[in-house]
Formats: sequence, structure tokens, C-alpha cells
Amino acid sequence: MSLLAQGEFHPFTAAGRRFLYLVPSAAVFALDEPAAALIDGLAGGRVPRRDLLAEVGPRFPDADLAQTLDELEQVHAVRTVAAPPRPTPAPAPAPAIIPLTPFPLTTAVLNVTNQCNLSCSYCYEYSEDKIVDTTNGAQPKFMSEETARKSVDLLFNESGGNRVVHVSFFGGETLMNYPVLSRVVPYAREQAEARGKQVEFNLTTNATLLTGEMIEFLAEHDISVTVSIDGPREMQNRFRVFHDGRGSYDELLPRVRELLRRHTSRPIGARVTLTSQVSDVVGIYRHLTEEIGFQEVGFAPVTTSPGRAYALDGSGFDRMVEQFTALADEFLEAALAGKHHGFSNVSETLEEIHKGASKAYPCGAGLGLVGVATGGDVALCHRFAGSDEHKLGTVDDGIDRNAQNAFLERHHLANKTDCHTCWARPLCSGGCYHEAHTRYGTSARPNLHYCEWIRGWTDVCLRVYGELAERNPRYLRRFD
Amino acid sequence: MRHLRAINQKAARVERTVAAPPPDAAPAGDVVALQQGSAPPQQPEGPHIPLGCSLVFQPGWEADRNGGTAGLCQPVERDLFDCHRGCFWPAHVPDQLNHTPDWTGKCAAAQKDWRNIDLIFP
Repeated sequence: MSLLAQGEFHPFTAAGRRFLYLVPSAAVFALDEPAAALIDGLAGGRVPRRDLLAEVGPRFPDADLAQTLDELEQVHAVRTVAAPPRPTPAPAPAPAIIPLTPFPLTTAVLNVTNQCNLSCSYCYEYSEDKIVDTTNGAQPKFMSEETARKSVDLLFNESGGNRVVHVSFFGGETLMNYPVLSRVVPYAREQAEARGKQVEFNLTTNATLLTGEMIEFLAEHDISVTVSIDGPREMQNRFRVFHDGRGSYDELLPRVRELLRRHTSRPIGARVTLTSQVSDVVGIYRHLTEEIGFQEVGFAPVTTSPGRAYALDGSGFDRMVEQFTALADEFLEAALAGKHHGFSNVSETLEEIHKGASKAYPCGAGLGLVGVATGGDVALCHRFAGSDEHKLGTVDDGIDRNAQNAFLERHHLANKTDCHTCWARPLCSGGCYHEAHTRYGTSARPNLHYCEWIRGWTDVCLRVYGELAERNPRYLRRFD
Repeated sequence: MRHLRAINQKAARVERTVAAPPPDAAPAGDVVALQQGSAPPQQPEGPHIPLGCSLVFQPGWEADRNGGTAGLCQPVERDLFDCHRGCFWPAHVPDQLNHTPDWTGKCAAAQKDWRNIDLIFP
């Protein structure tokens, strides 16, 4: 007797239609009514094939249910849990394992300085949760021009067949080392030309040190800019303060306005850190887009060990999902009308859903992306730059492939047992290594403290995706 | 496909693969053993049918040549975990309803995690 059961998927409804998000393939299929009825027929557990067909059949006299069931099985939405014995098939060939190395680089994040003119209370680089001692540690306070050039060389040398590479400037406060940054950009352009490649730049800054000259430079060189800003004056000034405790909003505002006025070749994004005290997502979004003029706003909860006053707790995450949902609805309305909406958390997730990303690793850290510390140590990403424990080489000696292999083997999704039953794992894959390191003391642990939030948010984005697929599929072509 | 509509790019790829399966695709419903390949561990596709149940004559499975379990050709945990759920299991296994509900909590995929199932000492 052939027993059928539901495969692994997350069902959702959008625009009155039923969809399945299949796991682990990350394929999204829309169901017709007979297919949906067959899936529902298996909701209670295992059912013999003929019982299922007999139960659902009378409701769809004209449908070819056997064919429908075959299709559901082919995409693994329905699986056979017991089948009649049959002749032993030929041994299956060994499964194809994608070779993990050599893995070409796409991005190098240069921590051009580990110094900052602000003293944000929640900063992972300076606060209680810091990994690297930037005050008395071994890393120099500023990256030298030589190290910056070597970082660019490393990126090109290790970029393999990638036509485009990305140089990302980070800190500390990036602009505190503007001299080196302004000299390494033309150098990277020269290198790209000599090697027949293309290079793109981006920079993250708190914007309090921006001058007219710098803005001119950023605009001239087409450098994408992300401004770390938490919202209106009172929210910005709650944590993002100078060393003397003074808020940074008034210092930043005219500079950001000038940046937005002059630099129009790239979208200028805002990046907001959400905390227990700064969590009015919709209000912050309104302020940053309508009052200041940012084209894109991305939100992320603060990275912290539990128990800090600014840490988001369970109810904080719940409120965040509610507000993200409200803003996502707004995004949907705009997208249905073919208009731009700058809530980048949605657009980024939509792109991953559209492409069907099914990740073995949560991000590119240690794969296609590395962070370079001020002294030239190469680490997983900018958040670990300078940490000996997370070192993957140096700009002089290149990437230590053994260390990289060991890291990748240890952090593969297959080793995160807790994730094996979660439907959101193709997109989440356990979450940020740095977040896990701060929470649990090891980058290898999945971030179990925000599972509910990830699943809730992924469901919201899937529904936005389904609505768009039904009502304005043209919009999704931008993600092709 | 007539009843499912591919929405995203991955679904379109699944549809193409179903329409023309690659020549080396494993037949559906194939019987697979516990450990396959090397790291990163591969999850076998399709149903996982336990090997060596009582209908199969497979010496070295339940007891080794000396009547013990030290020299089994398959790990005893595999048989314990597979059979008590999916098949008939004649001996006592931990009571997952009342006393040890988390016995298999660290064993999400038996094919890979069977080492995490431990003995219970009451």
C-alpha cells in the first residue's frame, strides 16, 4: 500500500490564491484548487493514496487528480512514505557536492580605521560586547595606504572569474581616514582597468564628518553611501552621541541634506539600528524618507548579548514584526502601483525569494566576502576584523585556505541541527555569525533567539511576493 | 505542469528538471543508507526506509557473531531510532511521551544525527 504525506513546505495565501514555499529547494508554486485540496487532505498525517483520491475526487469530478498528485510529488510537495516493494534499482551515483574551494572573492570590506568620533552606547566595536580591543590591542588605529592597496590587490588576485568586485569602506568612522580612502579609490580603478575588471565602491558613515570636498569626491567616483542614522532627533540622540554625550543629530542633518542634494548617481541609504528604546519603525521610516530624503531605509535589531538595557526582548521582536508588517503593506501598495518604496528589508528579501536562494551559509562572510583589519589581517567580515580567532589570513600572505575550509565545514547548515526542521532555513541558514558570537560565544551556533521573528518576517515577505506575482508580475522582473 | 504554476526562478528550474530529468538522477523512492558521502553531509532525497528490518535476513545486524552488540555491521543506534518509530520494535525504548520527550531532540535527521541519540539512565 502506498502511503502519502505532505512534503516539507510553508504554505501561504496571497491575492486569494494558495502558494507553497518548498523547502529546501526554495521554489514557489501556485496551486490550483484540486492541488490545494490534495495538500489539505494530507494535513492530518499519512493517508493511503487511494483514500486520498477517493476523498478529494468527488469535489472535482472534471479534474485529473492522479496527474495533480504526480505533479505535487515531482516537486516534493507530497512524498511517499511507504511504497510497495519493487526490483532493486541500480545504485545511485554519489550525490554531487559543490566544491567549496577555490571560492572567488567578490567583496573586501576595508576597516580603514577602528577609531570613531561618536560613542554610540550599543556599538559592537566599542561597547561591552566588543571582540577586539581597539584601544590597547595589536591593530593600528588607522589603515595605512600600503595596507589598503594590498587589500585591493588581494581582492583582485582572489577574484577568479568574477567580472565585478566590490570594495567596501567601513570603520570605526570611515571618514576619519579619508586621506587613505581617497587615494585607494583611484588605485583600485587603475587596477580594475589593467585587469579588465570592474570595481564598485560603497562606504558606511555616521555622516558627522562629511565635508563639501568629501561629498564631491563620493559623487564623482560613484561611491554608494550608507548613513548610519536612527531616526528623528530624539531617537538619533538617544544612543548615537559624541564622546561628551552630546547628540549627533544636528551635526549630521545639514551634511546629509547636502549629500543627498549633490550625490544622485547612486541611491543613498539609511541604516537604522533598532533597540528597546528606538523601535518606531514606521515613524523612523517617514522621517528618513519624507523629511530628510533617503531613497532606501534598512532596519536591523541591535546586536548584543542578552540583558543589556537596549537589547530587544521577545515582546520587542513581536512589536518589530508588527511594524515591519505595516511598512511592508505600504511597500506592497507602492509596488502594485509600480512605484518605488524604500523599505529595503522587503526588497532584499523579495530578491532572494524570487531567485530561489537556498543557502548553506547565512551570508557571504568567509566565502566571497572578507573583512580587512587596519593592520592587514583578513577576517570573516568587517565585524570580526582584527580578531585572531576569526582570522583567515593576511593581505601579505593571502587567504589561508585551510582556515577557510575549516570554517566553512564547521559552519555549514548541515551542522545546525536545530535548523533542520525549520521551513525558513533556505533564507536564514542560522543567521549572522557575529550575532551568534555575541549571544552564545560561538559563531557556529544558530541564532535561536530570533527564530520566531525570522519566520514571521519571511512569511510576510512571501505574502508580498505572492501578491505581486498575481497582481503585478511585471514588478518582479527587476529581480531577474 | 498543469496544476502547479511556477512562480519564482527556482520553481521554473524545478519544472524544467521534472520535464527532463538529468540522466544521473536517482530513481524516486530509492533505499538509502544512513551515512552518505563526506562533508558537507548530504541529505538523501525521498523516503528514508530503514534497512535491516525483521523481514530482511541480514546477519550482523541485531547481534554480532558473539551474540553481543560490539561488533555489529550497522550502528545499534540507527536500528533503535529507525525501528521504534517507523516499524515494529520489540524491545523497550525510552518513553517519549512522558519521561524522555527530548530523547531525539538533537536528532533532526537520523541519517546524520544518529550519534546524538544517547542511552537513558533512569
